[in-house]
This record gives sequence, structure tokens and C-alpha cells, in this order.
Amino acid sequence: MSYDAIVVGAGHNGLTTACFLARAGLKVLVVERNDHVGGAAVSRELTPGWTYSNCSYVCSLLRPEIIRALELPKYGLQVIPYESGATFDSRGGYFSYSSDHDALRRELMRLDPRDADGYDRFSRAVMKQCRFIKPLLLRTAPDPTSLKPRDLSELLFILRRFNDLGAADMAETLRFWTMSIAEFLDEYLRSDIVKAHIAGSGIIGTGLGPYSPGTAYVLLHHYMGEVDGAIGAWGFARGGMGAITQAMAASLVASGGEIRTGAGLDRFLVKDGRVTGVALANGDEFHARTVVSGMDVRRTFLDHAEARDLPEDFLKGVRRFRFRGSSGKLNIALDAMPRFTAAPEGAGFLRGDLHFLDDMAEIERAYDDWKAGRWSARPYLDFLIPTQIDPTMAPPGKHYATVFVQYAPYAPEGGWNDARREDFARTVIDRVEEHAPGFADLIVHKEVRTPADIEREVGLSEGNIFQGELTFDQLLFNRPVPGWAQYRSPIRGLYMCASSTHPGGGVMGAPGANAAREILRDLGRRIDMGAAA
Amino acid sequence: MTPAIRQPEPLGLVPGPFHDRIAALNRQQGWTGWMGHASPTVLDTVEFEYFAIRNGTTLFDISPMNKYRIAGPDAEAVVNRLVTRDIRKLKPGRVAYAIWCNAEGNVVDDGTVFRLAPNEFRLCCQEPQLGWLDDVAWGYDVTITDDSAAIAALAVQGPTSCAVLKAAGLAGVEELKPFDIRSFRVETHDIMVSRTGFTGDLGYELWMAPGAALGLWDRLMEAGRVRGIRAIGYAAVEMARIEAGFLLPRVDFLSSQTHLRPGRARNPYELGLDWLVALDKPHFNGRRALLALSRQRPARRLVTIEIDRDKPAHHAFVYHRKRREVGFVTSALWSPTVKRNIACAWIEAPWVQDGGDLWVEIYRQRELTWNRRMARARIVERRVFDSARRRATPPADF
Repeated sequence: MSYDAIVVGAGHNGLTTACFLARAGLKVLVVERNDHVGGAAVSRELTPGWTYSNCSYVCSLLRPEIIRALELPKYGLQVIPYESGATFDSRGGYFSYSSDHDALRRELMRLDPRDADGYDRFSRAVMKQCRFIKPLLLRTAPDPTSLKPRDLSELLFILRRFNDLGAADMAETLRFWTMSIAEFLDEYLRSDIVKAHIAGSGIIGTGLGPYSPGTAYVLLHHYMGEVDGAIGAWGFARGGMGAITQAMAASLVASGGEIRTGAGLDRFLVKDGRVTGVALANGDEFHARTVVSGMDVRRTFLDHAEARDLPEDFLKGVRRFRFRGSSGKLNIALDAMPRFTAAPEGAGFLRGDLHFLDDMAEIERAYDDWKAGRWSARPYLDFLIPTQIDPTMAPPGKHYATVFVQYAPYAPEGGWNDARREDFARTVIDRVEEHAPGFADLIVHKEVRTPADIEREVGLSEGNIFQGELTFDQLLFNRPVPGWAQYRSPIRGLYMCASSTHPGGGVMGAPGANAAREILRDLGRRIDMGAAA
Repeated sequence: MTPAIRQPEPLGLVPGPFHDRIAALNRQQGWTGWMGHASPTVLDTVEFEYFAIRNGTTLFDISPMNKYRIAGPDAEAVVNRLVTRDIRKLKPGRVAYAIWCNAEGNVVDDGTVFRLAPNEFRLCCQEPQLGWLDDVAWGYDVTITDDSAAIAALAVQGPTSCAVLKAAGLAGVEELKPFDIRSFRVETHDIMVSRTGFTGDLGYELWMAPGAALGLWDRLMEAGRVRGIRAIGYAAVEMARIEAGFLLPRVDFLSSQTHLRPGRARNPYELGLDWLVALDKPHFNGRRALLALSRQRPARRLVTIEIDRDKPAHHAFVYHRKRREVGFVTSALWSPTVKRNIACAWIEAPWVQDGGDLWVEIYRQRELTWNRRMARARIVERRVFDSARRRATPPADF
């Protein structure tokens, strides 16, 4: 059977691309290896009554332009911000974050009057970077070696925005994009627990420690999102992160697109340097002059394309693109709301992201374990109980905890097995148990995911949640391969649309929308961003 | 032993040291936030409260203001490096209005500098400045503390304010000249009084420990009962400050530390605060840039304009010859005392020099229908209300 375009992988980016292509009038097929759509944005019921956000678990980065253009609210997407969070220390205290500036200021004053001011200065510094980067998200990164008018004008656009920062902030921008999050925070703040609370955003999903250069940018990547215009805010997708991809799938079907699940790719069909379709593992073949890969760049070109169809420098670029899985995840069905020793019952901050640590050095030590090939003995946790806000994910009175774990190795010595996976889970649960005695006894069911599990189930190489590290060497026109950062590949008609491309990982949809724009451009059409444009 | 469980900081606004008294008088239940504290907007009616400033005595809680103590052997050097005025000329027991700038010569904030002793200063301002002060003081032998929560403050303003303070037991307060400071003992408390204010009228500001706040309030209310005293909210103060030509950060200009967009910072020449810049003193923050700026024509100026007819020009654009957009209004007021329709406005350079043929576009809603009309505007003196009461020493009793 033949289509105008085939998208491989029904993750949020693959679906985004497919939606935009279908809306432009193309006959689109999405093939998905798993029996469900969603990739790393899924909601699954693994034990009766509980729905897990199995992989990604909170939403901020998904571009509002895409939500509008694809009419995702019409198909059930609702994102509800959570406005707080806390870090519990080992002495029975806590720092609580609040989006209420007055409350946050008082909390900071309590710890150190200088941090109240320092935090505002930090926020402004990050906000300036957000303002700088935000317009670049839904644009194709220019090729700085190209003399094409479009590349030159895009480059000029970036330079002009850079220049608009003014002399002092231009210097700050270069520092920010290359510095470590720990040293950046040290410039603004004094309280260890405040810095520890913030620093997590600089290392989540990344095989780097808070003192590693480049982690300040990773923090920006987590701050540049928004919920209803509140920059940096995060929220829960009602019904779990699968609500995003379910809405996209429904939007796609409404536009005439087709989705086939349980349809894993064997290889891209290529003739004379041009893609002609896909061959599936079950032997089916589908034909199209446009094929889009939602897989990461390594799987796309090293597992499903023939080396002879690709130039060696491109292959080399793909091979050296770093993945380094470093994160694990526990999804836990709870019989009741856990009680945290340090927190008053029902405290508002429990509805947000919770962490358990004293200082940034503790995260660095957790990173040291990972470097040695072990999971962290005292891991950094991003712990949330979305069922305090979302009534759809657990039976009334019961709860669901999503526990993101940094750091976990892709390949521990001897490899992952059931016993090690259970040990890993025990390490995490013990860490929570220190602050919420009785937590372990509340567990009804749990799903434990190591980087190897994430790779096997979702297809993310080495379990890297961003489809490749978000370090400066792998951003903008270097993502994923210099010269091939505009969603096209050396095989004509074969495109990349997912997080391995600019602007990178997170449930953002921007790579998918950007890829659709470039594909449609090659077809002599224009992307319809609707009123959002 | 398990430590006591700490409640999280409350959301929203918290009460200040005078809150119990103000809440009891706040019949409008009007509150606004000021550095996280509940500050009254209007207690009864804004007209009554405004005329109390110009006719009797008013009490307005200014405790939420940021207050910093700068003390130590290098205190004078640090303050002189901070602000653009020559602070060496400020004697102990005196207050100076001042601005401070960043390296580009753009204004960070304005405020009042109190010289409490040769080596001790207090800085009062709207925006938090601790980080900025730390940066300025680096390498100097000085201690900087945030005293904001440790000091309660009350503005006592109006023509009968001196009489009220005298009746409340502050004998000798009439000797204070504008910008003088003196300490008084009231019952068991030390009250520091400065002849300063934000209303352009006779008035004082009283500084005390928070524990002394309610007792002093009651004492002043009792003493003022026959002298037209009333507690007021922010709305009335705002009217008085526009008449008096005082600028308000975040309304008339934005601190060069807080803006995010390029080109939003403003320098003293644009703000019309040239008189606060002492280019003849040694190095201070922004001096190099200000020297250059002093030789240029400012790109725009903040001016007071007077507008024909009586409708305040809130949020209005300013036009030249009704056509070309040349500025916008930041604050607007029909002045009930001088009976003039005035506004603070930013106007681009050529038209601020020229000054002729300026118009503002006034928007009016009449029974759900919006319309607009052009009204002629002229640049006038910044201080449209200027009373001899502000300067007279000793002040009259009314």
C-alpha cells in the first residue's frame, strides 16, 4: 500500500509530525512497534485501578503553539499546573518552593535573607535566557557553514536576538551555556538546600553531575517551558502523560491519518539514494516518497538503514552522538497517601515535586556511583504524587507515586537482571522510607524501569530520555550531526523528527513540528500553525 | 526526639506591625500587597483620605519598605560609591533623597539615605537591594544587614501632623527642619522621627521597634482626635505623590536590575534627576557612563504634563500633532487641590524639547461603550503641588 508519508514511531514527536502532514493534506501512515501509541509519553494500567505515567511524568515543555494548532484540548488534553515542591533534608527539615512569590520570599528569608534577593536575581538571569531561547525552539537551526539566504537570515535572527541581550548579558549567555549548574547557583545563592532543590533540574536525565560544565543549560531546558504563559511552570497532564499522545492520535485520525500499532520496523526501503518506503518486521511493506523517523538517530541509521546508503562522515557523526542512559524510574501504586515526618499533614507543597537531599555535593556523589558503573547508593529522586490533583489515576483514597531516579547505569557490571532490578528499587524505596516511614508498606504494586528497560520497551538508545545528551556540543546545528541538523538525512526523502534533533528532548513536540515544516517545504507546501502562528 | 513539624510559610499577604489597627478601620476591605505584607488601598473613601493629607493628619504604614543598615569604618565610602550624590556632605542626623546607578549609568532604584551616625547609615527603598549592596560593598570594612522586618515605620503626614506629634508627647519635634532626624523617648520606647515623606506636604516618618507600633498608633490617634487624624490607604498617598512630583519605581520607571527586555532601563538625565548626580565626586557606580551621558541629549524624558479638560489620562499614548506617537503616560491624576489634570509621561527627545502641539488620547467607557478623544497637553513643572508648609520650621499647628 502506498502513502504520501510514513512516520515510524508513534511517540509525541512522530505524532506531531504526522498530524501536521495530515493537516496539510498528505495521506499519512504512522507505524508503531508497541501495541500502544505514545512512546515515552504514555499512561498505562499495569495493575487494576491505577494508571501510571510510565516514562515522562510531568508537562511544561509541550509548545502551546502545537497544543493549539493540533486542537489537543478538543481531543481531551488538559494540563494542570502544580505550584509547589519541597526538598527534605536529613535533619528533619525542609525547604518548600511555592509559585507564590511572597511565600517563596519568606521561605528564603527564613533560611538566609541574602537568598531572598539572590533567588530573584537567579530567576531573572534564567528568565533572560528563556526569553533568548524561546523563539529558537520552533525554528530550524541555521547551518552556519551555509550561504543559503534562509540559513543566513536565520543566523542573523539569532545574532540579532543575541545582540539584543546587551553587552553584559551576551557575556552571561556564553557563560550560562557552558557552565555547571552548581557553580552558576553558587553565584546567586548560599543555602545548600535551596541550591540542591534547584540543581536537580540541571542533571535530570543527564550523564553529568551538578559540577559538570554544561549542566546550567540542562536546567534552562527544564525552565523554558510554560503552563498557560507561566514560564517555567510544570503541570500534570490529566490522565497521565499518555493523554498528550492520545489526543495527538485522535487529532491525527480526525485529519485522515492512519496508525498501525504492533508494527515494528525492519528497515527503510531505499533505492538509488532515495527512500521508497518501509519494510516491517512482520514482512509487510508500505511505500511512500517521504518517510520520517521518530526513533533516535542511532536506531534510525545504525539499526534500520544500510551503511552503504550513508556517507561515512555522517555515519561517524551518528556513531559518536552520545546517549549515556543515566535515569531510572519507579511507578508505585499506593494504598494511601504517605506521611512525611517533616511535613504537616495536607501541606500544599506535597502536591509538587519532592526531593530528599541536603546539598549539591550529595548529587555529585550520586553521580560518582554512576561513573563507576553502579546505580547511586543515595540517588537523587524527583518524587511526585499526581493523584493529589488528578482524580483519574487511582481509585479514590488511593495514590500513585512517580519516582524519577538519577543516576542509574545502562549497563551495570554483570548487566541488569531481576535481582538487581529489585535491589535498585529497594535502594529508592529505602530513600523515601527515611522521610516517610511506612511508605514501603503502602505499596500495592510497582513498576521498576532501568535504562535498559527504557531502551527495550520504548526504544530510547541506552535509555537516554532525551534521545541523546543535551550538552552544548550536541545542540542547535550540531544536533544530531553537523550539516544534518535540519531534519533531513543523506537518504533523500528520509527525515528525522524526534528529540535527537533541535531543540532536543522533553515532551515538547518542537522537533516534530519543525520537521513537518521542513518536509512540507520540500514538498512545496506550508505548515499550518493556525492561529498559534 | 522528633523535631516539631514546621508549618510552611503562608501563601499571599501577611500582616504587618500595625495590621490589627488598620484592619479594624478598613471598612472597604481593600488590601494590596507590598513586599508580601497586607497594605490598605482605601479604608473609607479615597477623597476623604486624600484631603486628610492636605487638611489634617494621616497615618500610613510604611513598614513594608526595604530598610538596610550599612555600618562600619567604611560605611561612608560604601554609600558614596553606591549613590550618585556626594554623601560626604550628608551630616549625621540628616536624610538625603538619592538614586543609584549601574555601570551603564541606568538607575537601579531611588530611596532615602539616613545618616544615623558618622559610620552608620540606613537606606530605605522600594526594591530589594541586598544583593546589589553586597556587590558594591565588596572589599570594604562594612556590615550590611536587612533591617526590613526589624523596624516598623509609620508616615504621619499633613498640615496638623506637627501639632499631633507634639500633643502625643514628642516635644521639640517642631524644631526638625526638612530631612532632619531626631530620637524621642515615648513611654518605654525609642522612636526615631525624620521630617521626610512622600506627600509633598508637612510630614514626618516615625521609625520604631515592631513591639512599639500599636502603642504609638493608639497614642497618635488619641492626640489627633481633635486635629483631624485618619488612617489612610495607598490610593490617597498615590494621589499626593503625583501632585508632589515624586517618582515611583515599577510605575514611572523600572529598575535596571529587574527589567528583562532590552532598552527598558533609564538614566538620571532621562528621569530629570540630574540634580542628584555629583559628577565632581570621585569614583561611584556608573560615573564613567554618566559623564558621557551628561554630554548627550537624553533620548527621552519623564515629564509632568497638564492636560486640557478633566478626565485623567490613564494609560494614554502621547501624540505630536495628534498623529505621531511620541510617548506614553505612566501616572495620571485629576488633582483635587490645584484643580489641574496632570500626568507623568515619557516623551521622546525631539518632542520633549519642542514641547508644542502635544496631545494625549483619552479613553472613556460610557455605558459599556468605549470612545476616545484627543486632549491637548503641555509640559509643566514637575511639582504641581508645592506648599510652604513643607519647608516652614517651626511648622504651624495647621
